[in-house]
Amino acid sequence: MAEPKKKEHELIISSSPHVRSGESVSRIMWTVSLALLPAFAGSVYFFGVAALWVTALCIVSSMLSERLVQRMTGTGSSLSDGSAFLTGLLLGLNLPPSSPAYVPILGAFVAVAITKQLFGGLGFNIFNPALIGRAFVLITWPRAMTTWTSPQIGQLGLDRVDATTAATPLGLLKEDGLHELINVFGSMENVYRSLFFGNTGGSLGETSALLLLIGAALLMYKRYITWQIPVSFIGTVAVIAFIFGTNPETGGLALFGGDPLFHVLSGGLILGAFFMATDYVTVPSVRSGQIVFGVGCGLITMLIRLKGGFPEGVMFAILLMNCFTPIIDRSMRTKTFGFREPEKQAEPKPKEEKH
Amino acid sequence: MGLATFKGGVHPPEKKELSREASLTPLAPPKTVVIPLSQHIGAPCAATVEIGQEVSIGQEVGVAEAFVSAPVHSSVSGKVVAIGEFPNPMGRMVKSVVIENDGQETWVELKGADPSSLSPEEIKDRISAAGIVGMGGAAFPTKVKLSPPKEKTIDFVILNGAECEPYLNADYRLMVEKPDEVIEGLKIIMRSLGVEKGYIGIESNKPQAFEILTSAAAQYPDVEVQMLEVKYPQGAEKMLIKAITGREVPSKGGLPMDVGCVVQNIGTAVAIRDAVKLGRPLIERVVTVTGGGIREPKNLLVRVGTMVSELVEACGGLTDDTVKVISGGPMMGFALSTLEVPVTKGTSGILVMTESEAPHTDKYLNCIRCGRCIDACPMGLMPQMLSILSEAGQSEECKEYNLWDCFECGSCAFVCPSKRPIVQFVRLAKSQTKPG
Repeated sequence: MAEPKKKEHELIISSSPHVRSGESVSRIMWTVSLALLPAFAGSVYFFGVAALWVTALCIVSSMLSERLVQRMTGTGSSLSDGSAFLTGLLLGLNLPPSSPAYVPILGAFVAVAITKQLFGGLGFNIFNPALIGRAFVLITWPRAMTTWTSPQIGQLGLDRVDATTAATPLGLLKEDGLHELINVFGSMENVYRSLFFGNTGGSLGETSALLLLIGAALLMYKRYITWQIPVSFIGTVAVIAFIFGTNPETGGLALFGGDPLFHVLSGGLILGAFFMATDYVTVPSVRSGQIVFGVGCGLITMLIRLKGGFPEGVMFAILLMNCFTPIIDRSMRTKTFGFREPEKQAEPKPKEEKH
Repeated sequence: MGLATFKGGVHPPEKKELSREASLTPLAPPKTVVIPLSQHIGAPCAATVEIGQEVSIGQEVGVAEAFVSAPVHSSVSGKVVAIGEFPNPMGRMVKSVVIENDGQETWVELKGADPSSLSPEEIKDRISAAGIVGMGGAAFPTKVKLSPPKEKTIDFVILNGAECEPYLNADYRLMVEKPDEVIEGLKIIMRSLGVEKGYIGIESNKPQAFEILTSAAAQYPDVEVQMLEVKYPQGAEKMLIKAITGREVPSKGGLPMDVGCVVQNIGTAVAIRDAVKLGRPLIERVVTVTGGGIREPKNLLVRVGTMVSELVEACGGLTDDTVKVISGGPMMGFALSTLEVPVTKGTSGILVMTESEAPHTDKYLNCIRCGRCIDACPMGLMPQMLSILSEAGQSEECKEYNLWDCFECGSCAFVCPSKRPIVQFVRLAKSQTKPG
């Protein structure tokens, strides 16, 4: 062999493919965070600096918790992948504006340090971290977590003491019935309008369906999320609400006379269906499995809303369905190209006995 | 209505423009050629020459002794100076014959024939003797593909003009510059199989090739040129058959002939035509030399056995920011550790990539189960499971996820946001298991 004529370049050897798409985990996480920006901005608009304060505490605590565990376990920092930031932001949007400081701090710690990092970090967690964080604080501090502030549009809300408290529309319906709900809002149309544009009590991020849908549209457009889970989740809620829900005219329960729109717009459904039930790590990866997951979420959500002790069930529905993700993934696989059902083996003909 | 295609697939940057307009240019025969005795899938050849022996162009230097094998021929005239182990583009050491070119360009006597007067068997004998293999990269001996068992009826011959690998234009240039030879080759293949319908599949990003071949095929009612959607890996045999005929080659080891199809590459068709009509063995081929790291991208007509370094030299050399040289395309090609390896019958391109084209990192993250690889997999597999199980050392479990149906197209790794080396994990698992 001839010696190389000139200084050989240092060539990299690696397995094919040699080109990669520009997609990355951090780009996905930061884009989802960006998609939540309208809802976050809305929460500041509705609830003043309290919203800013709660969310900031969640994000900072999330990132510190991540770093703390990674320091203890000696694994490299993954803060730049944006997943701790996103978990903090999602948790913040799931908390009431009047949360005392220890709620976001400890909620974020449980979300990131326990639910995610102790299970092995991003990719290995079984449950949606932000929702476990929220479930933890809801069960630990039920009163703080169910004290809802009325939106105070235009006010900075610095004097939170004066803030009036108000039940969420779902809470009103559950505790006081439909008449009280209509009393408070004036009419059903006003209820819908408030739910859609955001003028109701509730968690920071769940008050305005419109602002959430703007972000969801961005994620759908980028194909970061697909229709399967949101549509099956929301669709199931709508169908169950229609079949078993409260009739908006009579206020009573009537089969096939329920009010799907109210149930679709209220509570954390839009936030949950588009941003939490679509968390890649904790939901099935096969599209058909995602529909099963979404339907399951919808069923559990409505079971809790109509029959459970809590007015809202989205969080528990998603967490319960997270448990089923491995079994859905195992049992609902893709169809391999060219797969054919094995032909049934013909019954072996009994050999004619020779005498 | 959309163009014919398959489910799944990806859209890597095409980069065809770098060498699209570079017409076929013969590269001067080199002073020395290194001719590997194994350039194909199957049994290596046995050398038929000795050191010191004078050989002519087209003279057999390696004889195929098994059914799945193909003979190799000298690509220059001159003297055999060495027979020994030399590295091939895949990085393996292969027994090779080294021939010093005397510059005389003396050919062996070639026996031409009129294909229409030959029987199918005679055609296959000529293809076999000429050492024709699939020239798209896999280099499977062509005569084997053309000899299906009697119980398999072949309905269609499909020529693969998709050239779905980014960057490469070898087949494109042949289609544009030698359309009649391409169609003659197709007709010969159809005759050898007794098939009455031939297709040529071309991706819609090659409208010129589509037009030229359509008009060249106008006189043959049994040849149809079909436009295909631009999507990688459209040129994979199974995907091409699905797009054109709607048939699915059975999983778990099925072959195109199981659904009545034989697929051949464009370059192979031209080589078949030359072998049958002119009696020429396969001693040269078109190689696209391209990429951001090459100064003058070209489509070269190169003698088999020419060193890659000479191709690179002929194209102005490497730029300083070159990080990778690949034999083949960017999705399925092999990274070369040295340029001192020979062009073989299966070398469709030499791709020289810069840092910005082929950013490399050894770091990858956990699978976040986003499902992008599932959507991208043209075989309907679950690549994320294959990579997770293989990484955990559970190669045997990979078979439950149809490991052996993967043909390593790289679509999954291309889309993976965690930058996981999924294909490498698949290869690892395959190396530790047996098919079936």
